[in-house]
Formats: sequence, structure tokens, C-alpha cells
Amino acid sequence: MSGSLALRAAGTEHTYLMNADVEGHPVVKRLRDFSPEVVEDAQLFRDELTVHVPAIRLRQVCEFLRDDKELNFKYLSDVTALDHYPGEPRFETVYHLYSIENNQRLGLKVRLEGDDPRVDSMVQVWPGANAFEREVFDLFGIHFVGHPYLMRIVLPEDWEGHPLRKDYPTEGYR
Amino acid sequence: MPLTLERVPGQEERVVLSMGPQHPSTHGVLRLVLELDGETVVRSIYDIGYLHTGFEKSFEHLTYSQNITLTDRMDYLAPLSNNLGYCLAVEKLLDLEIPAKAQFVRVALTELTRIQSHLVWLGTHAIDIGAMSVFLYCFREREDILRIFEMVSGQRMMTSYFRIGGLALEPPLGWVERVDKFLKKFPDRIDEYEGLLTKNPIWMRRTQGVGRISGDDAVAFGVSGPSLRGSGVKWDVRKSQPYSSYDMFDFEIPTRPEGDVFARYLVRVAEMRESVKIVRQAIDGLPEGPIKADAPHIVMPERESMKTSIEALIYHFKIVTEGFHPPVGEVYHSVESPRGELGFYVVSDGSPRPFRCHVRAPSFANLQALPKLIEGRLIADVVACIGSIDVVLGEIDR
Repeated sequence: MSGSLALRAAGTEHTYLMNADVEGHPVVKRLRDFSPEVVEDAQLFRDELTVHVPAIRLRQVCEFLRDDKELNFKYLSDVTALDHYPGEPRFETVYHLYSIENNQRLGLKVRLEGDDPRVDSMVQVWPGANAFEREVFDLFGIHFVGHPYLMRIVLPEDWEGHPLRKDYPTEGYR
Repeated sequence: MPLTLERVPGQEERVVLSMGPQHPSTHGVLRLVLELDGETVVRSIYDIGYLHTGFEKSFEHLTYSQNITLTDRMDYLAPLSNNLGYCLAVEKLLDLEIPAKAQFVRVALTELTRIQSHLVWLGTHAIDIGAMSVFLYCFREREDILRIFEMVSGQRMMTSYFRIGGLALEPPLGWVERVDKFLKKFPDRIDEYEGLLTKNPIWMRRTQGVGRISGDDAVAFGVSGPSLRGSGVKWDVRKSQPYSSYDMFDFEIPTRPEGDVFARYLVRVAEMRESVKIVRQAIDGLPEGPIKADAPHIVMPERESMKTSIEALIYHFKIVTEGFHPPVGEVYHSVESPRGELGFYVVSDGSPRPFRCHVRAPSFANLQALPKLIEGRLIADVVACIGSIDVVLGEIDR
């Protein structure tokens, strides 16, 4: 699989040229059938599928992925984020979904601008997103719009800054 | 600012009780805020973070090999499962082939870890509910397993025995016999624990019908591992996406349909029996051969070869001072830890340190189901429910 990957010359470091196998992937096909523009781009690396979705369509896509009879992504494994400081778009939120029936994993990614990162909360789609989104809010400072209880979870409430951002020093501010 | 429950306007005032973080039955430093109507829990929230040490930030500033020591310290009851999850994720990133012997030793040790972790769980869970003696029985066998770990790695708990590309050292002479001796006596010991609990009327009345959750709810909350299988959902990463040659072993996935504390107890006890079967197959069929992958730029050379070979010396110097450069990319790899789906999300930018390494801790997700389990139940059941989802605060807070 690694042979078909090539680094994109310009732009963010973590995107790859779309390879031919990705478009034939059943999950990508199904998403394109649902709405062609929801797949911004897709990568296959070590047999793992990752799909980039526009932030404004995320809620819609997630509801489709969960409720679709063929895809059945009922299980949300994980929510996390990446900080590409000083690049723009600075943040990416990453969702790892799993379908127990189909034994299929899927990574969803959303790109967010750095000055005021906001994305829809997925708590209404998967209640299990609650603590994960709070953790991302706590450590990256990304706001999840519509989250029922968006508070710091692992750090004290009066903590300043978001430690997992790349411009936050490892040893903290002194 | 302490976390509190806000008062609902128009409702009569109820007692708000803060349970933990120094409560013995919260299994670490978990704090619960309970709103009580008499002895019944009406609402609850949990408060975590007392053990937060910023592992995910530290990951970004250590090399891939150095990070193994951090993974031990997250889930301190199952260090080898954490080592395995991290090593497999990085090996997937590197596209490394691991020799069969190393894979079998890894399987044997992670299954012993599962037994060991379930023993701690069973002992402490039983103490919480009032069965004191089980604790002493469980810790007796746990000690045997910790000695097996000490034999291979020199450490009882923070083993760091699995390395990227294989194992740290060859298992010493007599290790297989030691494991064999343990496996011969352990099934009888499980019967002993079950004799103390399974048909015990007090145990049954304290656990049956308590803390119920349906399979659909458990999936929606992201619950995994024995807590999910106690609700009738047959999903185990070892079977669905086999790693480290688990597909070559013959074992069952125990499930129970009831979804209560008793069902989760039965699932974990049955899992210990399955783990014994797996370890037995692993040591009986232990293949001969190397324990490290053939990748000199990643795997540390043998100490002896460094004295005679200039290449080995150079590789050793490079790995220690600089580390290795994996290809640019990202992987999410999950393993079945004793608590559920333990996922490692490793992002590489081509440098010797991970760009980002995120841990999907199973306890972190499982804990979200706790308010659902305890609301509407008596305060005495809260203790049984916390025990039954088997949380380890070290991996929740990271």
C-alpha cells in the first residue's frame, strides 16, 4: 500500500495524493452516493481509511454513517485533534468510528481554522463523544458547538492555556 | 473550583454528597458528586483529572523507543497490554514484520496480564461488596504472575518488556516451566474464587439486577471490553481484528445477556479461563527463532555483536542518540486490554519523535456509562457499579 502513496508537494504535510484504490473503497463510494461533496479527500495508509469532511457537513455525515443500514457505524471509538501550528488550517479534529456488524474502521477528519476553532458537537449522535470532546476542548481549546457540558475535564478549571497545542511549551509557562 | 451539581429551580433541596477522591472503593482518585433523595441517587456526575500528568504531551518530546516506558505507567494494572498496543501501532507505521517467537511470547504475557488485572479487579470488587477473603486468594495468585513478569523483564509491574520490533530480551531458562506450573494450578484456583462467590446468596443479591445497561446503550456510550460483553454484545478486538497472531489461537469470547453487575462478573471470570487456554497454547506451540525483527536501523543490536561489528556499533549509536525515522503517516491501532479497546493513534511527520500520540483509554469511555448505571439506585449499589466497570484512573487521566 505504501508504494502508491506520494507526498503532496505543497500544502499541509499530512495529506497525500489521492490514490486510485481509495475511490473504489465501499465506504467512500457510499459517502459519495450520499452527497458527492462531503468527501473532501480520502487516504488509505496501511489499509486504514481516512476521509476528510467539511466542518459544516460533519453532523449530517455522522448521522448518515450511524444510521445507514449498509455502513452501521454505531460505535465511536475515539475523538481527538491535531495541531499543525504554524500551518493553516491549524487544527484537525479526528474521529475514529467502528462498525461492529461489518468489522470496519473509519477515520473522519475535519479541518479547522486556527483563530477560533469551532465544530459541531457529536454528543447527540453518539453520547460517548461527551468525555472525548471535553478532553479535546481542555487540551486543544477547540469549541464543540451544542455540547451539553463543555468544561475542562482533566485540568483544573482555572488553568490557563491548552497544553497539547504546539505553541505551549512542554515544561509549561514559568 | 470544585465541581458541583446545580440545583434545579422549583425542586425541593436534596443532599449533594461528594464521594471521593480519597474514598477506598473508588479504585484510585475518582470523585463522584451524587444528588441524593434519601438513600437513592437522583443525579450524578464524575470528576476526574487528579492523576493527569500530560503523557500525551511527553510523547511528543521523547523518541519512539523511549515512549514505551510512558505506556507502562498509564494502565498500571496492565502494563504489558499497553506496551503491546503502542509497539504494534509503531510497527504498523514502520511496516515491520515481527518474528513468530516474539509474537507468541507477547500473546502469552498479555494474557497473563489479563489474568493478573482481573485478579486485582475481582479482589477489590469483592472487598467493596463485603466479601473480604476473596482478596487474599486473588493476591496470592497475582504474586505468582508478577514473579513471572519479574523473571522476563526484571520488573514486577513497570515491565517495558516489549520493544519496537520484538522483545527486550530472550525469556530466561526455566521461564516456560514456571508458566506451565502456574497454568496447571490456576484453573482450580478459579474454582475456589467461584466457590466463594458465584452461588453465594449475599453476593447474588448484591449484584444481580444492579447497574443494568442494555447492549445498545453500552455501544452508544462507547463501552468496550468485558463491560460491553456483559450486556450481550459479542465484540472482542482479538477476534474481530486479530493482531500478534491471535488468529492462530483457539478461544471463546464469553458473553452474558443480562447487562448487570453479576453478568460482568461472570464474563471476567470466564475470560480468565479462556486466557489460561491461550497461554497454554502459546507456550506449548512456542516456535524457535529470533525474538527481534530484522531491521538493524530500528532494533537495538545484541550487546555481544557491538564488540565485534562496526555496523552494530554505528546502528546502536544512531538509535540511542537520534532514534529512527518512520515514514510520514498516521495509524490507529487498537488491542483488547483487560478493560476493553485500547487504541493508540500515532501520527508521524518523519522525525524521530511522534508528531502526536493519542491514547484511546478504555476506562475513559467506560466511565461515561457510570451515571446511567447508578441513577435511581441506592448509594450502596454505587460501590458495586464502580467496581463492575473496572476503571483504572491512571489511564483515564493520563
